[in-house]
Amino acid sequence: MTDLLTLAATTATGLPLGITEGGAWLLRNAWLIPALPALSFVGILFFGKRMPRGGSELGIALVGIAFVLSLLTAAAWIDHRDNFEGEEVHRAVAVAEGHGDASGEHADEGHAPGHPSLAVHNTITWFELNDVTFTVGTLVDGPAVMMLVVVTLVSLLVHVYSTEYVAGDRRYTHFFAFLSLFSASMLLLVVSENTLQLLVSWELVGVCSFVLIGHWWEEKPNSDAALKAFLTNRVGDMGLIVGVTILFFTVGSALPGQFGSFSIAETNALAGAGRLSHTALLVASCCLMAAVMSKSGQFLLHTWLPDAMAGPTPVSALIHAATMVVAGVFMIARMYGVFFEGFSIGGSSINLMALIGGITTLIGACLAFVQRDIKKVLAYSTISQLGYMVMALGVGAWTAALFHLFTHAFFKACLFLGSGSAAHAVHSFDMKSDMGGLRKAMPHTYRTFVIGSIALAGLPPLAGFWSKDEILVGTGGWGLFGGTGGNGAYTFMLIMGVITAALTAAYMTRCIYLTFFGEFRGHGNPHESGPRIIVPLWILAGLAIVAGLLNLPKGFPLVPESLQERFGHFVEPVAAYFPGISHGTPSWSLAIASTLVVLSGIGLAGWYYFIKVEAASKAAGRSLTELPDGLTTRYPLAKMGHTFLVQKYYLDHLYTDIIAGGTKGPVAAAAYKVDQDVIDGAVNAVGENAVKAGNLVYHRFDQPVVDGLVNASGRASSGAGWELRRIQTGKVQDYAAILFAAAMVLAGILIVIV
Amino acid sequence: MIAMAALQGFDSLMSGDTVVAQNIAFGILAVVMIVAALRMVTTGNVVHAALYLVIVLAGVAGIFILLGAEFVGVTQVLVYIGAIVVLFLFGIMLTRGALGEDEEADTEKRRMAVLVGVLVLVVTGGAVLDSFGDAAVNRAAPSLTAEIGDTIFSQYIVPFEAVSVLLLAALIGAIVVARKD
Amino acid sequence: MLLNQFLLLAAALFAIGVYGVLARRNGVLVLMSIELILNSVNINLVAFSAVSATVGGEIFALFIIAVAAAEVGVGLAMVLLLYRNRRSIDLTEIDQLRG
Repeated sequence: MTDLLTLAATTATGLPLGITEGGAWLLRNAWLIPALPALSFVGILFFGKRMPRGGSELGIALVGIAFVLSLLTAAAWIDHRDNFEGEEVHRAVAVAEGHGDASGEHADEGHAPGHPSLAVHNTITWFELNDVTFTVGTLVDGPAVMMLVVVTLVSLLVHVYSTEYVAGDRRYTHFFAFLSLFSASMLLLVVSENTLQLLVSWELVGVCSFVLIGHWWEEKPNSDAALKAFLTNRVGDMGLIVGVTILFFTVGSALPGQFGSFSIAETNALAGAGRLSHTALLVASCCLMAAVMSKSGQFLLHTWLPDAMAGPTPVSALIHAATMVVAGVFMIARMYGVFFEGFSIGGSSINLMALIGGITTLIGACLAFVQRDIKKVLAYSTISQLGYMVMALGVGAWTAALFHLFTHAFFKACLFLGSGSAAHAVHSFDMKSDMGGLRKAMPHTYRTFVIGSIALAGLPPLAGFWSKDEILVGTGGWGLFGGTGGNGAYTFMLIMGVITAALTAAYMTRCIYLTFFGEFRGHGNPHESGPRIIVPLWILAGLAIVAGLLNLPKGFPLVPESLQERFGHFVEPVAAYFPGISHGTPSWSLAIASTLVVLSGIGLAGWYYFIKVEAASKAAGRSLTELPDGLTTRYPLAKMGHTFLVQKYYLDHLYTDIIAGGTKGPVAAAAYKVDQDVIDGAVNAVGENAVKAGNLVYHRFDQPVVDGLVNASGRASSGAGWELRRIQTGKVQDYAAILFAAAMVLAGILIVIV
Repeated sequence: MIAMAALQGFDSLMSGDTVVAQNIAFGILAVVMIVAALRMVTTGNVVHAALYLVIVLAGVAGIFILLGAEFVGVTQVLVYIGAIVVLFLFGIMLTRGALGEDEEADTEKRRMAVLVGVLVLVVTGGAVLDSFGDAAVNRAAPSLTAEIGDTIFSQYIVPFEAVSVLLLAALIGAIVVARKD
Repeated sequence: MLLNQFLLLAAALFAIGVYGVLARRNGVLVLMSIELILNSVNINLVAFSAVSATVGGEIFALFIIAVAAAEVGVGLAMVLLLYRNRRSIDLTEIDQLRG
């Protein structure tokens, strides 16, 4: 029932055994990969303190095995994908015409004669409730396999790195336990077969993020940051819950005889086949988008991510750069059929997703300029790059977005770990007051950081260039100059992307100058970190260099066609649950133009820091971090802009002061003000006039007649108040007596009447 | 009141041995329970009150069995007498300042409580007599535990899950409220 | 047996329980009286269940037993907290909401 038909066919058609046999087993049993870190979590939790290295060895060993398994799974997937190239195309067509039912179970029942999906489905029934069956299982396809490799690799490197970074920490064992739990949850998320499972793992990674941000909770800012991250994510999670629920019932209404379905493949396939109501899909997409906004730090709900840097640096690298924050992006990619239809992405009109992504990428990049804290620069950079991915998904450049996710994981993890290495040496994250000139003291950190920065900035041939350029191609806005668009012309997104590219290059140049050039401004004598920090750095830097070559554009000269666009070939699902996106055609002119833009960004920032600031430093005799008479001091408008950025667009003020504080502070104050000025004013005016009129009446009529009555009623109410006051004894039993007696009297009346 | 209930029961006393036995059992149980309940709410000794509560709860279990609800009766014994009363005894011991003679409430308060209690009794008793004139409980056979299980796990699965979440919440809540920090 | 027998017994227990809740000063005794009230409701449910020959009432009685267990747990925790903070569980002394 749950086995994959195509895999059964693999052996039946007599393909070479060996990797296929084992590979089929691996693809079917992908649950093993999340299970290993979960096992490690339990092991470390119970026995970690008794292990010679505090549990870290168990975590590294099991995550290492998970990594090896992921690599083998990837190999099996490549084999599986290639051996079905010829057949599945017409299968996909057949299904698009028929019904979009992609799950193995229904194929068994004779719905779909040819299994449409290359994905390996393995589900078991979790529980049944009347007609609804809840399943758990794995859906292994291109994106899942890619994420498995990325998550296990980064997690493994971070585990190794952490053994040095948090060495001697009082909660060393605890740290590794949650690192393992996080890895397990994230891996579970990527192989989730249904949205319910996705939701569970989504919450689990959120909890791990909370625990790890607050790892040093004794300091108030850290626990505040953890709470902020958690609560902001709750806002989005509500969107996820509502969206998943809507989809559940929407799918149920489209399938006769079924109450609902959580199956991702089924939902996407039905959405893609146009069997679901567009309104429901739009609403569900908007709800899911809220979840993406919080988890992936998109504009409006991104404010938690920079604060989350309060956690240990390895956590930032793993959770808040490479893996958890891309969960939102991955979720969009997973539910792409829903989003594609819901937002009409194929229709070239600007949609919510592309807009949010575009805004986020730009505002994140702007904020990165004004940070003093090196990790916050990287945090805003992450927000910006996540915006890039969401924007790419919003314009239909699915493959480009996932490719960017892939490359970004490596170079951003490299940058974070590099910043941690530098901060470890100087015991501070403040670039302006405690860093500078680290180039000589920390050559390895310096080199890897520069490699990561170039990759992030997007200079060829490093990884970031290829993925960023693909996104720009995917916007289709460059149609004028030769290349053609993917899903219509999103020129606006192209412009935002290009501006961000320039900004990214510039702020990374600033960051490198402040950290590694000039003279050392901190205290002590910084020295290079140990091998357990350096080796992961170099591995990630190496990947940052070469990862981009995995997806050379089609038609790239001097490279055999079998090596072009490998990433897209293997990762993009060919299945009924994946919408028919169209791909942009790469263009040389765009590549050259974007490179020039990046170079101009680097050039401008370089000119400012490496020439002007350097000269000013020499003149001043100390290491400066900015020009003493820079733009912000000379022009008030620039100063205002700077302040606006330093205050993070005042969003935190909006949330904490206005929205959160509203119930107790400002709204109350405003209400009071209205009360005082408006109502009281009116009352006073009325009163003054009344007094005048009253004085006339007073002596004639009021005093003898009315006053008598008024005084009597006043005395009566006062007396009643005094009497009633005795009821308010504050004793719970008296209240209970009144409650019971009143209820009984009312019940008695009811009985008598009825 | 009990006399009234007993009198109504005596109408069918003649209709068979079983019924007679059932009614006698009910009468004994009812008298014991009400006496114990009254002692429970009037005794000065807190530990004695807990022991009287045990008698009432055991009586309730007997009533359940009399009504053919064996599973509920057994659960009553297990959960109430086995767990809840023990919990109460621990509560009494931990708040040891209150152990021993508990000074009675002042007379005004007792008068109010008696008044409300009688009001409750009159209204509910009146309503009961008014509504269920002479409906009889004639159960052919005790209810099957298997049937209860089936029904809980099909028709009442959602309340069942809700109760399990409630128990978890109560567990955590009790720990949070009572822990020392 | 008549249904009224059981309902009247339950009503009597309920009234006694109400008296206990209102008259006792000791927090633990008040909680015990609440248990009495819950039990009287259970008698009603089971009696109705027996009359209608369905198990619904019994199941709800079971639910009430579960809820009562939770209630006693939380209630005793509150009494303990009260005792720790004020060295007394006399409910008549807690009147900070007095008007």
